[in-house]
Amino acid sequence: MNKKDLELYVHIPFCVKKCAYCDFLSGPAGREEIRAYVSALVHEIRACEETCRDYRVCTVFLGGGTPSLLTGEDTARIFHALRESFDIARGAEITVEANPGTVTEEKAGVWKQCGVTRLSIGLQSADDRELKMLGRIHTFSDFLNTWKLIRRTGFNNVNVDLMSALPGQTVKSWEKTLRRTAELGPEHISAYSLIIEEGTPFYEWYGEGGRKKDGLLPLPDEEEERDMYKLTASVLKEYGFHRYEISNYAKEGYECRHNVGYWERKEYLGLGPGAASLISEQRFCNTPDIKKYMNLYESEGARFGAAAGETEILSLEDGMEEFMFLGLRKTKGIDRRDFLAAFGKDLDSVYGEQLRRLENQGLIACSGWNVRLTERGTDISNYVFSEFIL
Amino acid sequence: MSDIDQSRIRNFCIIAHIDHGKSTLADRIIEMTGLLTSREMQAQVLDNMELERERGITIKAQAVRTVYKADDGEEYIFNLIDTPGHVDFNYEVSRSLAACDGAILVVDAAQGVEAQTLANVYLALDHDLDVMPVINKIDLPSADPDRVKEEIEDVIGIDAEDAPLISAKTGQNVHDVLEQIVRKIPAPGGNPAAPLQALIFDSVYDSYKGVIVFCRIKEGTVRKGTPMLMMATGARAEVVEVGTFGAGQFIPCDELEAGMVGYITASLKNVKDTRVGDTITDASNPCAEPLPGYKKVNPMVYCGLYPADGAKYPDLRDALEKLQLNDAALQFEAETSAALGFGFRCGFLGLLHLEIVQERLEREYNLDLVTTAPSVIYKVHKTNGEVEDLTNPTNMPDPAEIEYMEEPMVKAEIMVTSEYIGAIMDLCQERRGIYQSMEYIEEKRAVLHYHLPLNEIIYDFFDALKSRSRGYASFDYEMMGYQRSDLVKLDILINKEEVDALSFIVFAGSAYERGRKMCEKLKAEIPRQLFEIPVQAAIGSKIIARETVKAMRKDVLAKCYGGDISRKKKLLEKQKEGKKRMRQVGSVEIPQKAFMSVLKLDDD
Repeated sequence: MNKKDLELYVHIPFCVKKCAYCDFLSGPAGREEIRAYVSALVHEIRACEETCRDYRVCTVFLGGGTPSLLTGEDTARIFHALRESFDIARGAEITVEANPGTVTEEKAGVWKQCGVTRLSIGLQSADDRELKMLGRIHTFSDFLNTWKLIRRTGFNNVNVDLMSALPGQTVKSWEKTLRRTAELGPEHISAYSLIIEEGTPFYEWYGEGGRKKDGLLPLPDEEEERDMYKLTASVLKEYGFHRYEISNYAKEGYECRHNVGYWERKEYLGLGPGAASLISEQRFCNTPDIKKYMNLYESEGARFGAAAGETEILSLEDGMEEFMFLGLRKTKGIDRRDFLAAFGKDLDSVYGEQLRRLENQGLIACSGWNVRLTERGTDISNYVFSEFIL
Repeated sequence: MSDIDQSRIRNFCIIAHIDHGKSTLADRIIEMTGLLTSREMQAQVLDNMELERERGITIKAQAVRTVYKADDGEEYIFNLIDTPGHVDFNYEVSRSLAACDGAILVVDAAQGVEAQTLANVYLALDHDLDVMPVINKIDLPSADPDRVKEEIEDVIGIDAEDAPLISAKTGQNVHDVLEQIVRKIPAPGGNPAAPLQALIFDSVYDSYKGVIVFCRIKEGTVRKGTPMLMMATGARAEVVEVGTFGAGQFIPCDELEAGMVGYITASLKNVKDTRVGDTITDASNPCAEPLPGYKKVNPMVYCGLYPADGAKYPDLRDALEKLQLNDAALQFEAETSAALGFGFRCGFLGLLHLEIVQERLEREYNLDLVTTAPSVIYKVHKTNGEVEDLTNPTNMPDPAEIEYMEEPMVKAEIMVTSEYIGAIMDLCQERRGIYQSMEYIEEKRAVLHYHLPLNEIIYDFFDALKSRSRGYASFDYEMMGYQRSDLVKLDILINKEEVDALSFIVFAGSAYERGRKMCEKLKAEIPRQLFEIPVQAAIGSKIIARETVKAMRKDVLAKCYGGDISRKKKLLEKQKEGKKRMRQVGSVEIPQKAFMSVLKLDDD
């Protein structure tokens, strides 16, 4: 029997210190708590064994938080459990997120042993003042040390995360960050525009009705933000990167398979608190309460989905909407035949009117089976995507 | 029933400034006269419309009949006639008062005499009512009943020495009020054998009984079968049923005699036939003269009401027709706007009346509405000698055809504590007010008298007054006729296209300022779109202000991974929902609330 593809996301909800813009489920914790958490996580992994028997895992993503905060031993326990309970494909893409300043020779060695194929480093900026303003714990030179270390260990598929549209950032300083990073020659760069998320210190300062405290740097305006975005593609192109998604750039063949899976609506299973899953057109999410999660998976033998909250059963319409607004995030766009295969309906019979209008407005380009965003459509992609909400 | 002795009847009303506790006292009186058990009491029996309860005000005059066994051992019939508390409904108040023999004046023990208190008392005295003061809310920590007593005597000039000090909320000393009603309010007069003369003080439409007329029998007797004639409207009908008012219900009886308050039904289909203030007589034995004081109420304020969803136009028409059955003052006629499609130009007594109708349409009839800026009635004197009443700015004749224009003025009375006099005078000045006089009614409070153009107070004057006086100013006005004025029509162009629904008439001297503010406001209300949109204000072909809504440049969700998808989808759904609430004008999408933004231009 042919096994179905499955992507695994494993969440590590710990970091050294919360950054001022971060709304992920993460926070500082003591060594013992982290250890106890890894035990609970291992119990959840074991609980999946039965249910996921018909799946073959094609990608694993150990994200956070700061997974590189884990000791080598804890990391090894997680991978050991994963390999025991899941059928992980040979050649699977296995990514670990790491932050500068938390990586050691020992840890990098363990990652190699565990079969990690790809690292993702959170740099965010090459400007130390910007790093400080963001509340990051490292400097650019800390990053350079980490960079040398992982290259030395033999990781040759590495992503670097960067952020534009930061308070006080200029088009010039952004260009400097891009060039300093690209010159090092990573295989992949994710360049995100800052999103001010509710519940973060940034929201308090910059959000709706935010209280601007004294000496607060101004956010770039829409125009500057757009200039930074345009600059990203053109600068990175010089270094051999192409944009394959709204915020993601890679050298040929180094696109992140795990993330592409999300945009192509592959099935995924999230492990750890707050992690979301999509299995058989059902979406569910584990409790974001770490204590509760740890209680539920305190001992061996807890059942699959014990920590999951309400399950959302996606209708055909939900599926079609997601197909459009996720698929069009990819630079190459979507293929009409994939839509037909997934939903048994011709794309034009559902979205014909929207497609014609958006094409007339110059926001999408349709040719043959292919539909994709134009440059202008990419700039205002939310506007385009909202048209596909049924 | 007919053996009720006139001397055992008391017809009275309660008058008060808004929020001084009129409805609460009415509830207590009804409760304590034992007609209803406490269990039957809803919080406020007289305000039986849901909307009234929420806004805490009384819209339609109603009446209730209760039986009180007094300390002297006798049973008295109390007819309590409720009066609306707002200046928009002044005429209805006046007619309700005419149905009474006395009035209880409720004054808040903390706030004292306010502008509406004065206006209502003068109205009551005009109708020769005996006014009996009551000081309410003595349970408040800030209550100062002695000061308020003095104020009543000094400002109003009525004896407040033995005014009951009560808390209508807790019921404290309300018994004194009941005893004073018996002692101080005169019994009605009138001869049951005389030709019928009955005053209509309200009417409601009931789908089973048709129009139900609320009336006070001044002379004569009315019973089933009486052929009645409405003397002003000329409508005729045979009486089907007469009766009195229980709390929230009608209690039929054989006849209503001089001195009594009750209702009459006559299978009339339209409340327009039974205008408030009209006199009912017996067509077979008519009285010589109608009762004095009838006038036809006319709308003062007009605005366009449009369904947000054009397909709901017939529903809006049905809803307006139904509301009109119960609200003779509401007028409407069909109109068309290039921007808003099919709708109605509606006439109201005032801004509150407008708001109430709008809310009832939205709430009771589930309609989503777009309202255009309210307008008053301007008189356009044309060069050819004709005079036109202008209620819709779109219909303004070409300036070349206009000799001059007139606008309606009001006499305003503003009561304010001394520290805010300056701020309020500034406000009146900005609104083209003409100062008349000021008098101190006590050391720290004054009444300002101004003449103001009505069109300056129909937008947001009341809000501005409250915000500039921190809520301490109160305000009342009456119409005082027309005055010549330099007026222009201000047009708004969006993407170079005139949007008829945004045009309004404004004093020439304020046009630049208004135009500028309008453009600023619209710029803030109109979301960025695919292209740049100029927003301009113009008088004729002359552009006087301009703003630009920049084109949408960047609107991107930087990240969207497995855990974000549900949340990001909600954002897109919200964006889509927002688009649905827009009006397409030419190639521009304008949010519906932008059409209302003209209403609030005060800077505060």
